[in-house]
Amino acid sequence: MTATNRDKATAPVLELKSIHKAFGGVVAVEDFSLDLHAGEIVALVGDNGAGKSTLVKMISGVHAPTSGSISLDGEAVSFADASVARAHGIEVVYQDLALADQQPVYMNMFLGRETVRGPLKLLDRKAMMRETQALVDELDVRIPSAKAVIRDLSGGQRQGVAIARATHWAKKLILLDEPTAALGVAETAKVEDIVRTLRARNIAILIISHSLDQVFRLSDRICVLRRGVQIGVRETARTDKNEIVSMITGVG
Amino acid sequence: MSEADTKAASPPEEAKDERVRQISPLRKALVRPELGSICGVILVFVFFFLIARDSGMFSPEGIQNWTVVSAQFAIIAVGACLLMIAGEFDLSVGSMIGFSGIIIAMMSVTYEQPMWLSIIVAFAIAMGIGWLNGFLVIRTGLPSFIVTLAFLYILRGLTIFLARVTTNKTIIGGVRDAAEGDWLAAIFGGKILTGFFQWLADNGLIDKFVAGNRAGEPVVDGVPMLVVWAIGLIIFGHILLTRTRFGNWIFASGGDAQAARYSGVPVNRVKILMFMFTAFCATVFATCQVMEFGSAAADRGVLKEFEAIISVVIGGALLTGGYGSVIGAALGALIFGVVQQGLFFAGVESSLFRVFLGVILLLAVILNTYIRRSITGER
Repeated sequence: MTATNRDKATAPVLELKSIHKAFGGVVAVEDFSLDLHAGEIVALVGDNGAGKSTLVKMISGVHAPTSGSISLDGEAVSFADASVARAHGIEVVYQDLALADQQPVYMNMFLGRETVRGPLKLLDRKAMMRETQALVDELDVRIPSAKAVIRDLSGGQRQGVAIARATHWAKKLILLDEPTAALGVAETAKVEDIVRTLRARNIAILIISHSLDQVFRLSDRICVLRRGVQIGVRETARTDKNEIVSMITGVG
Repeated sequence: MSEADTKAASPPEEAKDERVRQISPLRKALVRPELGSICGVILVFVFFFLIARDSGMFSPEGIQNWTVVSAQFAIIAVGACLLMIAGEFDLSVGSMIGFSGIIIAMMSVTYEQPMWLSIIVAFAIAMGIGWLNGFLVIRTGLPSFIVTLAFLYILRGLTIFLARVTTNKTIIGGVRDAAEGDWLAAIFGGKILTGFFQWLADNGLIDKFVAGNRAGEPVVDGVPMLVVWAIGLIIFGHILLTRTRFGNWIFASGGDAQAARYSGVPVNRVKILMFMFTAFCATVFATCQVMEFGSAAADRGVLKEFEAIISVVIGGALLTGGYGSVIGAALGALIFGVVQQGLFFAGVESSLFRVFLGVILLLAVILNTYIRRSITGER
């Protein structure tokens, strides 16, 4: 294997270097750097207003950083808007899920990227249903059928669908913005299982969570933000809750 | 350790919590949006068959009569349906009908322009106003109810103003002469399959006039272009909505605009295009009507916006968007037409039409909502 190939293989999926973001006079994120590797779960923690969501929005192309660079697989990228980031294989699961309630699961799975066939480009519902079914089976998301309407699903099932959608389209990286904030115990466990499945499939995952228990259950590394400043990154196995809490609050 | 805990706890919880259930085909059939309108159509036909069977309502002329009226409703209902599924209303449809009609008559009769040019200009202006409606709704973030209510008044006022300053009247006649031999006017006026109906009459399958200046001609001499337009628009709208990517985007834009945007659906473009399509449908209605009557009047189309919305709602669409069916809206339009003309055939005082309509609207919506709730268990 040549040197360049090895470099490519070991290059982080996502590399953020000295990211700086200001909204007018307010600094939201200051000098943030982070590497994210394939098959790794990094948790982003911090109090409200720490800049976590702003960071996610920069990676997903909603906001552009004021300065600093974002690289994917070692190549610098800049996203004009969210659809460009998507085209690069980055998927986001938003806190409010972004599912259309009156539509069936398979249509949500393919919303905006529907499968069409024939010269008239008519929807290929069968293919979409088949793929959706295969996907939810693979991730063990238990829904009545691919044709079930989102409205009829429970919170956990909806979250499962949202994550399954991200999984289907994400080639490299999934950003999860508080994916279990609205879920019960069993549903949360389910979502965590799915996230582990994704890691096993060698996808890089950045997860925002307010639950430190969850962060310690899932993550490989923890990155702490406080008021826009990157306090530090710890390996989950070599830290404990007390240290993370004091990093978040700045007390102790 | 904690991982093992959650794993052990999850299976029994799941069985209770995830509510995996099978949906029976019957339930699926019952939650279709068209349910209420199908019941309504059956009910209305049975009702009028019982009370107006001998009145000629179901003779060829009778059928043509209510078919034409239903087709009128259907043309504007298709536009209103797609727009409502996309999450918006257009209350300016009725005023648009009056406005487009006056534009056509004014250009072709008063200013003696070719009919085809007049029709194209009317379509262009109407769709431009549709675009403006959509643009204002998107840009200001105001409810479409308010924006299009403003255009209901603006367009009606402009229609009367234009008619009066150019001709000093509010009715412009003479359109039929101006349309004579025009290629585009023939697409909106006139009839097709006239040979077939002549053949039917020659073989005694339908009656011929026995006296008067049309003696010897069949009582029904063809399918009016208005009906052809209605069927064409219904098929187009249905296929667009259920078979294309764009149709899925219409559902998503009305169901949850934010979710659709996150998924990369061009929500603004979808909504603006649907406002333009509604304006297109209103102008088709106006053009057919002008060709049929041979005149345009400034008060045409009054209340049509609500009749379109009622057809759509009877057809099972949700006022909040994201749910509905073009076939349902077309059936709603059929109910409308049959009731309006049926009351006439049954000899009922015609002023009661609106009373019946209000009652049917209420019943259809209650039926739709009640059945859907009782089956899906929603509250």
